[in-house]
Amino acid sequence: MAAQLRVLRRRVRSVRSTGKITKAQELIATSRIAKAQERVSAAQPYASAITGVLTALAGSANVDHPLLVPRAKVRRAGVLVVTSDRGMCGGYNANVIRTAEQLISRLREDGVQPVLYVIGRKGVGYYRFRNRDIAESWTGFSEQPTFDDAREAGQTLIDAFTAGADDTDTGAGPDGLPGIDELYVVYTHLRSMVSQVPTVTRVAPMEIEETSTPSTGIPPAYEFEPEADALLDALLPKYINTRIYAALLDSAAGESAARRAAMKAATDNANEIAKSLTREMNAARQAAITQEISEIVGGVDALAATGSEE
Amino acid sequence: MANPLHVELVAVEQKVWTGDATMLIARTTEGELGVLPGHAPLLGQLADPGRVRIQRDGAEDLAYTVNGGFLSVTDRGVTVLAESCEPAEAGADVH
Repeated sequence: MAAQLRVLRRRVRSVRSTGKITKAQELIATSRIAKAQERVSAAQPYASAITGVLTALAGSANVDHPLLVPRAKVRRAGVLVVTSDRGMCGGYNANVIRTAEQLISRLREDGVQPVLYVIGRKGVGYYRFRNRDIAESWTGFSEQPTFDDAREAGQTLIDAFTAGADDTDTGAGPDGLPGIDELYVVYTHLRSMVSQVPTVTRVAPMEIEETSTPSTGIPPAYEFEPEADALLDALLPKYINTRIYAALLDSAAGESAARRAAMKAATDNANEIAKSLTREMNAARQAAITQEISEIVGGVDALAATGSEE
Repeated sequence: MANPLHVELVAVEQKVWTGDATMLIARTTEGELGVLPGHAPLLGQLADPGRVRIQRDGAEDLAYTVNGGFLSVTDRGVTVLAESCEPAEAGADVH
């Protein structure tokens, strides 16, 4: 009986300390959501400004830029999957990867060869375990991405996209580099604190999101320095980087929100288990006491019985 | 100065400075350029790294070093877009 009591006590202690850890994780994640959302809104002015500039440019420049025009034949498509570096965030990674897999199988059905680019250790681990080829991966910043991280990934992707322009059916084309003809980003959009939606967007060839302000009269006649085409050349890669950065920020917020929810569930569960184990422990202790009392009473009765016979 | 020039300086990760100025001086890939209130609409790519100076009425000039920047002048004011941006010494001139 005492042995059982000891075992229970140990389990309660272990569950309680697990609960403390998950509670701490929950609190950290909660503060990170707020920070991540701040960063999302801090990046907003630049995103809307660059969109405005591009919209203005699109009216004046030659819009046959390779990043804007869909390729006649799509042979290879890049898929950038944004996952987290750490686990303990519930179905976050599973959801993103499932969405990416759906996209990949859809691409395959269309006869397009998917090329994988992965951000985050969890995604890398998933694909590596399944012996799938990863064209390139970046890790170590999923919770707090900086623009430099986005730019690094963006540069690689834009290079691959540019290299894909001259690919032929048989191989990599004159430049010897197999490129991609389309680029998709699969990331998690934080719709609300409790709902994160895995989202697919096509980044290249891109459609410039027109600003929703109704045009009032004639658009202003811009002067350009340098010419509009050169400006577009310089601006479009930056715009793609901005889009990737926005996706990273959104995913970071989504990751923290998913982690908060998962850790809250874990903490609640730990508390519940601790409670029921404590009950069991008390019952065991009570049973031990009751048994001891009944043994004493039994002993006293036995003694009294032997005494009265004499 | 009837209408001050409304200036917005935004970097990718945050809004750096916004306010009214008398003149903004920046250097595009083509050359140095000053923007006064009422400037014609303009889009420009800034030199990399480039300096942006903001002259204000009754306050000290501001200077920033801008990487990967663009300049957009509209009837509403000037927007400077930067990949990264940090304050620089107002007096010193690196060009």
